[in-house]
Amino acid sequence: MKCDFCERKATVFLTQLVEGQMKKVCLCDDCAKERGVTDPTGFSLADLLLGGLPVTGPSGITKPASRSGGRKCPSCGFTLEDLRKVRRFGCGDCYTTFADEVGQILTGMHKGVSHTGKVPSGMMARQVLKQRLDELRERLEQAVAAESYEEAAGIRDEIRNLESSTKS
Amino acid sequence: MMRFSTLIKYPADWMAGGQGLHDSVLTSRIRLARNLRGHPFPGWARREERAATLDLMCSAVEALPVMKDAFSQELGNLSSVQKQVLVERHLISREHAARGNGSAAVIERRQTYSLMLNEEDHLRMQAIRPGLQLASAYEALSELDSELEESLEFAFDPKLGYLTTCPTNLGTGLRASAMLHLPALVLGDQIGQVLHAVNKIGLAVRGLYGEGTESLGNLYQISNQSTLGESEETIIRRLERVISEVATHERNAREKLLEDDPAMVADKIGRAYGILRHAHLIESKEALGHLSLLRFGGMLGFFPEGTVVLCDTLLMDIQPAHLQLHAGRQLEPEDRDAMRAEIVRSRLQSLASPDNRCPNDGSGPDSYKKPSSDS
Repeated sequence: MKCDFCERKATVFLTQLVEGQMKKVCLCDDCAKERGVTDPTGFSLADLLLGGLPVTGPSGITKPASRSGGRKCPSCGFTLEDLRKVRRFGCGDCYTTFADEVGQILTGMHKGVSHTGKVPSGMMARQVLKQRLDELRERLEQAVAAESYEEAAGIRDEIRNLESSTKS
Repeated sequence: MMRFSTLIKYPADWMAGGQGLHDSVLTSRIRLARNLRGHPFPGWARREERAATLDLMCSAVEALPVMKDAFSQELGNLSSVQKQVLVERHLISREHAARGNGSAAVIERRQTYSLMLNEEDHLRMQAIRPGLQLASAYEALSELDSELEESLEFAFDPKLGYLTTCPTNLGTGLRASAMLHLPALVLGDQIGQVLHAVNKIGLAVRGLYGEGTESLGNLYQISNQSTLGESEETIIRRLERVISEVATHERNAREKLLEDDPAMVADKIGRAYGILRHAHLIESKEALGHLSLLRFGGMLGFFPEGTVVLCDTLLMDIQPAHLQLHAGRQLEPEDRDAMRAEIVRSRLQSLASPDNRCPNDGSGPDSYKKPSSDS
C-alpha cells in the first residue's frame, strides 16, 4: 500500500466517518508527521482530505484559524469555514476567492493542476467579442475627445455591426 | 411530453444489445458535469435561486433536437418507486433520487441520454451505449454539450476548466465508466489481482450501483478518477485500453477454466439454470448470482443465441423498484421474492437445458467429448 501523498510505503492508516461516509487515508511516516497525524483523537480526516488546511498540531490542538479565517465569497457568501466543512464550493467565483485553498486541495487529487481539455467555444467567442467591443468603445471615446468625427462615425458603425451580428 | 410509463415500457436501447454487444462489457457511460456562470451551485443556492436556474436550464435542454418528445419531470412530481426505477436503469443517481422540487430529470426517449438538472452540479449529462463505446459516447455527449453552450453560459476558468461543486470533478467534469461482467476471473480467483492492478493506475472499481455498493452478479464498474490535467480523449483512451485488457484477461480465464475444470463450469451453470427455472422465492442477490452464471453459459455457447441479452434485460427487471412498478403497488420483501421468481421462471420457460458439448469458446469442442469419469 502506497502513501496517498507521495510514492513511499504507507505505514499509517486512518479510517474515519466523514458526513456518514467511511473515508480511508494511507500515509507514510514522513507525511503523517508533516500533517500532524500523530494523535488520532485530535485529528480530523476532513481537514486532511481538504488538503491540509487547518491541520491539528502534534499536541492535538487545532492551530488558531489563519488570518484568512473569515474570508467570504463576494458573489455567493460562501465562507472559508463552509469550504472546510463540506469540501465543496458555493459557486464558480469561489474558485477565485479561495484560490490559495484550491491550490492546496488540488495537490495530488488529479493527474495535473491545469485544464487541457475541452474549452467552450461559445464562451471563447463571447470573450473575444467582448474584448473587441471594449477596445472599439475606448477608441470611439478617444476619437470623440479628439474631435475626429469621421473616424468616430466609422468606429460607431463597426460597433453596431458587431452587436447586431451577435443578436442574430 | 413523454409519460413515465411510456419511457419505461421498453428496455433502453443500450440494454437490448444489438451491434454493440461485447462479451464482457455491458455498457459504456459518459457523464459531464457543468454549472451556470454567475449562479450559486445547487447545494448552496436558495430555493428561489434553484428554481430560477432550473427554469433556465429546462428551456435550453427541452429545445435540443435530440430531446424532442423527451421525458422531462421535476423530481417532486415522481413517486419514490418511479425515481428508484430510474436509478436502477442508471438514468439518475441515487443522490438525485433523494431530491424533490427544484431538481429535474430529462431523459431522451431511447434512454441513451439523460440529464440531471440541479443535482450536485447544475447540470449532469449522461450518455449510455451498449458494449465498449466510450469514445463514441463521449463524442455524442460533447456535441450535445456544445449545443447547450450556445444558450447557456457555463462556469469555466481557463486554468481550472469547467468549475464544479466538488473539486474532484474539476476540469473536464468527465466521468467515463464501463460495466463489466467478469465471471471467469471470479471463478478462477484472479479478480482481486486484476482489480488491484486497475486501481493502481488510478482508476476506480465499483459495484453495480456505483460508489459504496457491493459487487453483485460478478459485475464491476471501472471509471476514471482524475478529471484535471488531461484531455477528455486521453482519459477515455486510457480507460478503453485498460478495459480491453481486463476483457482479454477474462477471455483467457474462461479458456483456462474450460481446459482445467470443464465439469466445474458445467456444474455451476447447470445448477444456476436449475434454480432459476424452478425457484418460487428468490432474493435479489441470489438471482443476480445465478443470472450471472446463466449469462456466462450464454457466452460459452451452452445456450442459444439471445440468452445473453435475455439475462441483461432480466437483470434490470428483477430489481426491487422494477418489480413494484410491474406490480403496481408497494411490495413487501417476501412478495418481491415470489414475484421475482415468477418473472424469471416465465422468461426462462422456453430456454433449453444447458448444452455443454458444443461450446463456442475456449479450446474447442474436442475437450468436451471426453466424459469426466470422476463426476
